[in-house]
Amino acid sequence: MTRRLSLFNLTSLIFGFAFLYLPILLLVVYSFNASRLVTVWGGFSTQWYGALFRNEALMEAAWVTLRIALLSATLATVLGTLAALALTRYGRFFGRTLFTGMVYAPMVMPEVITGLSLLLFFVAIGLDRGFWTIALAHTTLTMCFVTVVVQSRLMTFDRSLEEAAMDLGAPPLRTFFAVTLPLIAPSIVAGFLLAFTLSLDDLVIASFNTGPGATTLPIKIYSQVRLGLSPEVNAASAILIGIVTLGVVVATLLTKRSAARARRDGH
Amino acid sequence: MGAVRRAFAPWSDPNAKPLISFENITKRFGDAVAVDNLSLNIFEGEFFCLLGPSGCGKTTLMRMLAGFEQPTAGRITLAGQDLAGVPPYRRPVNMMFQSYALFPHMSVEKNIAFGLKQDGLPKAEITSRVEEMLRLVQLERLAKRYPSQLSGGQRQRVALARALAKRPKLLLLDEPLGALDKKLREATQFELMDIQHELGMTFVVVTHDQEEAMTMADRIAVMDQGHLAQVATPGEIYEQPKTRFIAEFVGDVNILEGNVMGQENGLWRVQTPSADAPLTIDDPDEVLHSGQAVAIAVRPEKMVIQRDPPGPNARNVLTGEVWDIGYLGDWTVYRVKLASGAILRVTRANASRFVENPIDWDEQVYVTFAPNAAVILAE
Repeated sequence: MTRRLSLFNLTSLIFGFAFLYLPILLLVVYSFNASRLVTVWGGFSTQWYGALFRNEALMEAAWVTLRIALLSATLATVLGTLAALALTRYGRFFGRTLFTGMVYAPMVMPEVITGLSLLLFFVAIGLDRGFWTIALAHTTLTMCFVTVVVQSRLMTFDRSLEEAAMDLGAPPLRTFFAVTLPLIAPSIVAGFLLAFTLSLDDLVIASFNTGPGATTLPIKIYSQVRLGLSPEVNAASAILIGIVTLGVVVATLLTKRSAARARRDGH
Repeated sequence: MGAVRRAFAPWSDPNAKPLISFENITKRFGDAVAVDNLSLNIFEGEFFCLLGPSGCGKTTLMRMLAGFEQPTAGRITLAGQDLAGVPPYRRPVNMMFQSYALFPHMSVEKNIAFGLKQDGLPKAEITSRVEEMLRLVQLERLAKRYPSQLSGGQRQRVALARALAKRPKLLLLDEPLGALDKKLREATQFELMDIQHELGMTFVVVTHDQEEAMTMADRIAVMDQGHLAQVATPGEIYEQPKTRFIAEFVGDVNILEGNVMGQENGLWRVQTPSADAPLTIDDPDEVLHSGQAVAIAVRPEKMVIQRDPPGPNARNVLTGEVWDIGYLGDWTVYRVKLASGAILRVTRANASRFVENPIDWDEQVYVTFAPNAAVILAE
């Protein structure tokens, strides 16, 4: 890719990225605003970050969000990896196409519908809404992303590596932990990070399934903004953006590296 | 060593116990039959080659030995033990994979130590065994490297060392030299033979390369469409092929089709459109009847090409013109077109550096062969 950008391409690129990221950039910039008025620039200051950390309600919401994200991402990673293994490994079992479709469905399902149906389900089984219902709801939402990432790695996995391990005396379980798992680990970590960030910034499904004492950061921010914009919320959002960006970038790098490695080791 | 090798022929000893025994093995994948009711014995210390075109079932046969496939019907025994239901990780068999299948996240020494660790050997013994293997394949200096940092030839050696480390009763090698270039392949062939001889192990090699099989094997099993076409020493396979498929698959051959006229003084007389006079063939083991359609197989190096007409008592004279000449250095290949339209391949060793007035393109030539140079193959 040494070809130089033409003027037209350059313009398209700038406008495209501006369209996508200008609002976010604006938010980040205003989180460093010295003025209390959100839309008036009053000089550079980090005071709102200080205020944010002293705001107990926001900090409490952040702590809830973090716990939910960790729990649901962990669950989603285990379940998603198992699903990926089943879908790639056990040949063409009865209903495989249906299963594949069903695993991917939550990716394209409108969040309102996922949120609503989960709410109805939790009410039906009599589970009190709160921390656990959000965590479970997020697990169903994010599991498919883990499956997609891990499955794409398993497709390029050289099965003779596992055969070689078994041939050398390793039973199936030890083969999995000594050979398969280390080689697909980067894609599992990438899947975890994706699940984590998705859970972190979800508003719709969380608000359907939330209950007393389980206010996540996105819910808190949303309700605060309805009462009026505050620079503290800008600061909280800026931090959230930072974490999500980091998660996605690391996940992408891990997936890329493991794909490159698979290519290099394939003969 | 040559003398030792010639004396080694357990397959011709009726009292010898085979190490591996395939008994009426059939393997089907859905409707496709990969191996069809095949029986075969392999003896301890043998260097055994499974040779055949791709899709002939040779790899399936090997994977059944390793335990990755189960036979649909029949029994495989190893040293008298029935292998049915024994998983790959409990078989005293190791395999060198065609792709080498080196673990990319482990160094060379960790790769070689992997099998020994599974056996729970003490650390000191693992270390010394790994060192011994590294010495055997001459890779001592690369112990800490990772597979991605090695050349193709080095990877091949690591794969071999890893498969040998557990000192299996039986080593399986799936196209072991397929990924190497020609020079390296030839050197490695002899190295494999030396290692096998030194360790006294039984080797079963799958290959589609007949030259490789001829060089290395004590015996070769030629496979075709799930059947054994012939199991014999390289010499027998080459000089006494049982069928036309084997004659054509192993080495080059000229096939002359004809009909049996009868027997005279123990020699067969065969009428063929390729020659004016009937051919005389010395192949006493064949049982043929008059009028039977047969194919006569003659190897190119057993034919003699000459410009001057042979004497009136000469047998097996074919006439034609030189169609092509290929100079290979050690050999010259002549392609001779007969009046019948058939093209013969005749080779001549270039024993001297200069030949006066050599046979040239488009020349009329005579091609002859001795009665015992040919093999009759029943059609």
